[in-house]
Amino acid sequence: MEDGNFLTDGFLRQLINVGEVDILVGLPTHNNARNVGSIVHTIRDGILRGFPRERAVIINADGGSRDGTPELITSVSIDDARPASSVYALRTLHAISTKYAGTPHSGVALRTILAAAELLRAKACIVMSPESESITPEWVSSLLRPVYYDGFDLVTPTYRRHKFDGLLMTNLLYPMVRALYGVRIREAYMPEFGFSGRLGSEFLGKNRWNDGIGENGIELSLTLAAVTSGFRVCQSFLGKKDPVERRSADLVPTLRQTVGVLFSALESDFELWSAVSGSKEVSTTGSDQELVLDPLRVNRKRLREMFVRGVSELESVFQSILSPSTLAELKRIAGLGEEEFRYPAELWVRTVYEFAAAYRKSVINRDHIIQALAPLFRGRVFTFVVENRSGSATDVANNIEGLCLEFERLKPYLLEMWKSKE
Amino acid sequence: MREMIVNELTQAVQDLARGFAHYLPRFIVMLILAFVGWLIAYVVKVILRSVLRLIKFDRLSENAGTSQLLAKAALPSATEMLSRFVFWVTWLGFILLGVSVLGILGLQEQVARFFLFLPRLFVAVVILFFGMLAAGFSARAALLASVNANVPSPRLLSLAVRSIIMVFVLSVVFEELGLAEQTMLVAFGIAFGALMLGLAIAFGIGGRDLARRFLEEKFVRNKKEQDEDELSPL
Repeated sequence: MEDGNFLTDGFLRQLINVGEVDILVGLPTHNNARNVGSIVHTIRDGILRGFPRERAVIINADGGSRDGTPELITSVSIDDARPASSVYALRTLHAISTKYAGTPHSGVALRTILAAAELLRAKACIVMSPESESITPEWVSSLLRPVYYDGFDLVTPTYRRHKFDGLLMTNLLYPMVRALYGVRIREAYMPEFGFSGRLGSEFLGKNRWNDGIGENGIELSLTLAAVTSGFRVCQSFLGKKDPVERRSADLVPTLRQTVGVLFSALESDFELWSAVSGSKEVSTTGSDQELVLDPLRVNRKRLREMFVRGVSELESVFQSILSPSTLAELKRIAGLGEEEFRYPAELWVRTVYEFAAAYRKSVINRDHIIQALAPLFRGRVFTFVVENRSGSATDVANNIEGLCLEFERLKPYLLEMWKSKE
Repeated sequence: MREMIVNELTQAVQDLARGFAHYLPRFIVMLILAFVGWLIAYVVKVILRSVLRLIKFDRLSENAGTSQLLAKAALPSATEMLSRFVFWVTWLGFILLGVSVLGILGLQEQVARFFLFLPRLFVAVVILFFGMLAAGFSARAALLASVNANVPSPRLLSLAVRSIIMVFVLSVVFEELGLAEQTMLVAFGIAFGALMLGLAIAFGIGGRDLARRFLEEKFVRNKKEQDEDELSPL
């Protein structure tokens, strides 16, 4: 059992008042007053509908909100949810909140939620994102049921989303996790997920919480820990997901908390992933992928410009990371016009694998390696958008599948680089 | 008269023999010290070279940018350079120790000053190395940040960061070595001032169009691009 010393006395007293629970809903927040009220109502509605007899608690781990977010969560009483539901809870529904010290980090928030789940001996837990505007009560059931009734340890979501949403997921995280770990988990880095008390305790005890790497992006670490430790993993279709608004400047922090965490995990998991070949489907409730094909205006010119500029300006950095042949090929495609420009799947996979090997060998500062990937990713996004501009859902799915197979095919190339000394 | 000349000659020969007898053992000690010093310096060099290879010092110096400088000057690798430097300093130390055994008054003072200078030389080398490391790291960080933020002239920014740090590092190094402190202080002031003035002129006059383009891109183009959807990576 993990030492719960980082929890405040006040929070521990609140947990003691709650006692043991069957279901725990974790809600990490930071200045989310705009949405959080309706999200808590939806969560409570979901619990009332799906689990009226179970003892449940909502745990809010807040990163120092100044807009009254924690107060909004704790002030939502059980009666507020009743008019919206035809069912009544047979147990008390608690909602408690704690503020953790330091800057807001998903890692610290998840650690708080995991420690609370362990202390309350929760059987099934879910974590909900306070940014998900499309959340419905069914999401709660979809994430909890596989854990509570079917004995799964981790439930990752799948969504109905636009074909050009989540491109880092479809062009790097999903294919690479699939090729290396041998499991086809669509959303290995997930804003909402369910997990068993068993997995929560194991992860809480084993994860290196203070190594700084997993402070953000801890969700991906949890998925990889579940896979490598042999826990039962499944996917559950939640429905439509609205894209979270992001600016182009957000790409580097996003790469840090996803690709950085994945590259870092490859070191410790080498024995496991080096022995894996091929990949297997994981049990999925509902569809594993639904794509929306609405027209979307994308600034392709800017994507290509940033790629070309990155290749030209960062040549000295790429010389330390990439092989001469890959760099030469990148320079060649950077010189092509907008109509001819393509960043082919094979070159993209080789690039990513060479970055992973460079990260392992720390050829330069590791954070700089992750930052250097950003302009190249933009080039790949350009190509994906162009290739699938008028494609049907099947065409896009086939395109992603082709990329996944390329990642699997070139896995020996990564192994070769991984084992080479310099 | 003849007897006097013979006496003086005998005296001179005796003095020469006495002097020779006085210095010969010291000279032999000096040679032994130089030989032992060479052996010790060689062993130190071999050990140091192995340790530096073990800790991948060449990669560190590549990050610092020293490897590139050495390569441009057709010099050996940083590991080899440092090993040779330590070899020569160690051997020179022993040779000077041997020279001091000879008991030549003027030389003894110089030898003492050399030994007093050694720690400062080492500190200066360490400051220079870590300074170059910091300059290389900061320059690369500035380059990556400006490329990803789509800031104009990222290489110029990176070079400016490296230059500012290196000017500061070199001034500290010269101060540590005690070489022309006043001159270095003035030179540092002039170099730093010139750099800042140069940057101000470059951005203010030379980069007028660049600045206008940057501001347009930042405020006008962004407004246009608000109509276009930003893709969510996750």
